[in-house]
Amino acid sequence: MDALIENFFNLRTMLDMLPGLIREGIRNTIFLTVAGFSLGLVLGLVFALLRLSTARPLRWLAGTYIELFRGLPLLLTIVFIGTALPIALRFRWPNFFLPGVLALGIVAGAYIAETIRAGIQAVPRGQMEAARSLGMPHRLAMRTIVLPQAFRIIVPPLTNELVLLIKDTSLLAILGTSIGQREILKYSRDVLGRTLDPSALVAAGLAYLALTVPMTRLVAVLERRNRRSR
Amino acid sequence: MATPVIEVRDLHKYFGELEVLKGIDLRVDEQEVICVVGPSGSGKSTLLRCVNRLEEPTSGQIFIEGDDITAKGCNIDRVRQRVGMVFQQFNLFPHMSVLDNITIALRKVKRLKGKAATEIARERLDKVGLADKADAYPIQLSGGQQQRVAIARALAMDPDVMLFDEPTSALDPELVGDVLAVMQRLAEEGMTMMVVTHEMGFAREVGTRMMFMDFGVVQEEGPPAQLLDHPASERAKEFFSRVL
Repeated sequence: MDALIENFFNLRTMLDMLPGLIREGIRNTIFLTVAGFSLGLVLGLVFALLRLSTARPLRWLAGTYIELFRGLPLLLTIVFIGTALPIALRFRWPNFFLPGVLALGIVAGAYIAETIRAGIQAVPRGQMEAARSLGMPHRLAMRTIVLPQAFRIIVPPLTNELVLLIKDTSLLAILGTSIGQREILKYSRDVLGRTLDPSALVAAGLAYLALTVPMTRLVAVLERRNRRSR
Repeated sequence: MATPVIEVRDLHKYFGELEVLKGIDLRVDEQEVICVVGPSGSGKSTLLRCVNRLEEPTSGQIFIEGDDITAKGCNIDRVRQRVGMVFQQFNLFPHMSVLDNITIALRKVKRLKGKAATEIARERLDKVGLADKADAYPIQLSGGQQQRVAIARALAMDPDVMLFDEPTSALDPELVGDVLAVMQRLAEEGMTMMVVTHEMGFAREVGTRMMFMDFGVVQEEGPPAQLLDHPASERAKEFFSRVL
């Protein structure tokens, strides 16, 4: 028992790494998540609307994007954008954040597009019809009547996407991050390498849980409220 | 002869292989209240929904006050501002207060200032007897109240004609009267109305003309009392004997 605590919950190691973990690891994880999610939301909304368009080529384009990035491993997309693309097109990414956020955002966008599409389709057809019958153009009706209702429906699944994204930021370490750029897992692995103390990874786990558990609790609350309001 | 408010010429509508409207001709003049009746699946709602092009006609022409709304260059959004519509399921916007439900199109489509829009909205709410519900949300209202708000919302645009798609079919029986009373007052004020309904009493009392549809065609039309009391076609006889 003591050995277990000694190996995995060495308070000394954890406390020593805590300031750096917060200042560098957690900070970068949050930054990557927020930036990736924002890009994902924009792409998701655009491709959800294209997916529901009446123009077949646009629907096809959106379908291809969604199937492609949902079907590929995230790690492959990260390496492709971060490493393969610069080799093929002979350029260098100025930093690791740019390709990282791009990869996260593009893949998140594919999932979010499907979530938003489902949300739009969950709004009764009569809502769009009532808005159109008042003389609203399609775009205005979508923006003021349908989308606000759709977003209310999809807040829980969107929060789930956000939780997935928090965890997925750990994959970006494959692009090779230097000091100052490390997210939670990479930072902790470096501590592990230096101290050979497994507690470093436990600290990383606790840091992720501190971010994800409040989110999943929030989802539960929102879902309960959604159920009640219907 | 004055330009009819609604004119439909040889309207056909297919849903896939199924022909639901098989050549409808129709003329509605100013201040007429035309009641469209018939069994479910007869095509009456589809006909009504073609009149403001919520359904796209497969072929034929529809004119609103002389404007061909089936023509290629037609700006349907402009035409719809002159054609109010009330739905069976009310279709109020649940995320907005009653007042916002009524003002949103005034502000965003007619580009009225907030104050002017609110003034119109309150006046129309008063007209349907719900002046005190301006700040309520649709979910807090009874079905009958929701439908009256929906009528106020359509009236706020100052339409020249109102379309009603079975406006009382989703209501509890004791709430039907309030909605029909509002519609009757509207008719008495001279509003041109096209009403798809199962309320034969309303059709007899308020309707200036009745149209009996079945199998996608107009089987019979004329003064409501004449159709109701002395239907000519076998189909109409059978239908009225079952609903009256």
